[in-house]
Amino acid sequence: MEHMTFLVTVVIFTALAFDFTNGFHDTANAMATSIATGALRPKVAVAISGVLNLAGAFLSVEVAKTISGGIIDEKAGIRPAVVFAALIGAILWNLVTWLRGIPSSSSHALYGGLIGATVVAVGMHGVDFAVVVTKIIIPAVASPIVAGVAAWGATRLAYRITRRSSASASGKGFKAGQIASASLVSLAHGTNDAQKTMGVITLTLVSAGVLAPHSAPPLWVIVASGAAIAAGTYLGGWRIIQTLGKGITTIEAPQGFAAQTASATVILTSSHMGYGLSTTQVCSGGILGAGKGGGTGQVNWSTARRMTYAWCLTLPAAAALGGAGALLADRGTWGVVLLGALGAAASGWIYLINRRRPIDASHVVDGAAADGSAPATPLAVVPAQAPAPTTTTAATTTAAA
Amino acid sequence: MTINWAALGSTFGVSVLITLVVAGAFCLGIAALSQRETAVADGAGGSLRGATALVGVVLSFAACAAAVGYGLYLIAG
Repeated sequence: MEHMTFLVTVVIFTALAFDFTNGFHDTANAMATSIATGALRPKVAVAISGVLNLAGAFLSVEVAKTISGGIIDEKAGIRPAVVFAALIGAILWNLVTWLRGIPSSSSHALYGGLIGATVVAVGMHGVDFAVVVTKIIIPAVASPIVAGVAAWGATRLAYRITRRSSASASGKGFKAGQIASASLVSLAHGTNDAQKTMGVITLTLVSAGVLAPHSAPPLWVIVASGAAIAAGTYLGGWRIIQTLGKGITTIEAPQGFAAQTASATVILTSSHMGYGLSTTQVCSGGILGAGKGGGTGQVNWSTARRMTYAWCLTLPAAAALGGAGALLADRGTWGVVLLGALGAAASGWIYLINRRRPIDASHVVDGAAADGSAPATPLAVVPAQAPAPTTTTAATTTAAA
Repeated sequence: MTINWAALGSTFGVSVLITLVVAGAFCLGIAALSQRETAVADGAGGSLRGATALVGVVLSFAACAAAVGYGLYLIAG
């Protein structure tokens, strides 16, 4: 029983570590377009995002319940060690895609890890595939398309309605609109993504017998998950911000506004229904839709393709990692310890690779991609609204690559 | 495997609708704001044109905020 509690503690910390990696993966979703158009300064943007993520974590627990009671059958014999394997798999995938600047889905990494680890450790009956399809797979495929369509429509509407507006009014207006909609996306993100970790921790507690099955997440779980994601949000994600803000399409303020409003709406309505979708994919879909609806209609399809491959790969890859981890964890205590050590080592190695060519706040606003680690894309023309002061500051303080 | 298509469909349909309504209201607010600015610049801030523009601004943004607020209330409740 002693060692069971220790393992549960380790799993909880690992879950919070996943939440943290989720945070810096997903800051970009909410804030990339606002940063790219200069509506918000990078550090301010991530600070706002962090606070709102925390708030959103308290707003709804539907998605947490999908995870802790929906996709995995708690009574089938899930053990904390299995959840641990799932988390390690998900974290590793998150870190690898982060290093490559690819906005992949932390959610799908987690679901994949959980499904893979469960299938290996318990068997197919441990996973409720009907729930997986209804509340995860279908929303995953449909939501980016819905966000894209909504964003396209909103962009056309925006340009049409403000066609005869003065530049100053629409400039100010859309900047304010971007800040508001970006804030909503961060809030929405809190309702969907912080929930995942809560769900996982709750699942762990249920599997360890600490909580009754079908319990809602306890308050300390909510607070811890919210705080972890807020911290991750504030601390980084510049690599991915660079991709989302510049790599996909030229973003002007009305498009950013439309994309974010669409994303926030889709995420919020889905969270309310307990659909665990990928906020990353929804936001990317929104940006694509807005790009098509905008002035030039130009979209960088090669970046879009790279992202699509990463998306399709995520759930299976994380499932494989989770399954492999479960194989190891199943061997007994030494397996679990080895798994933890491997996970920590791989994470440390990835962190060191990042330090060799770091990307930070200064890289995401000025014109040039700092180094080759961001996806090679034809650089978007910096739109006229980008404020000169920020660009100058960034140019003079570009960190040594 | 039973899939609740109705729920999925309505969730996404509602999302598109809300997006268009909220974004549309906001843009109307911007357009009204622009009209207001033009009116003020012409020194006609107090005229009917200026006043209607101001009303338009307030109503549009208020509608926008109300829609968002109501949505959040539904989710939190």
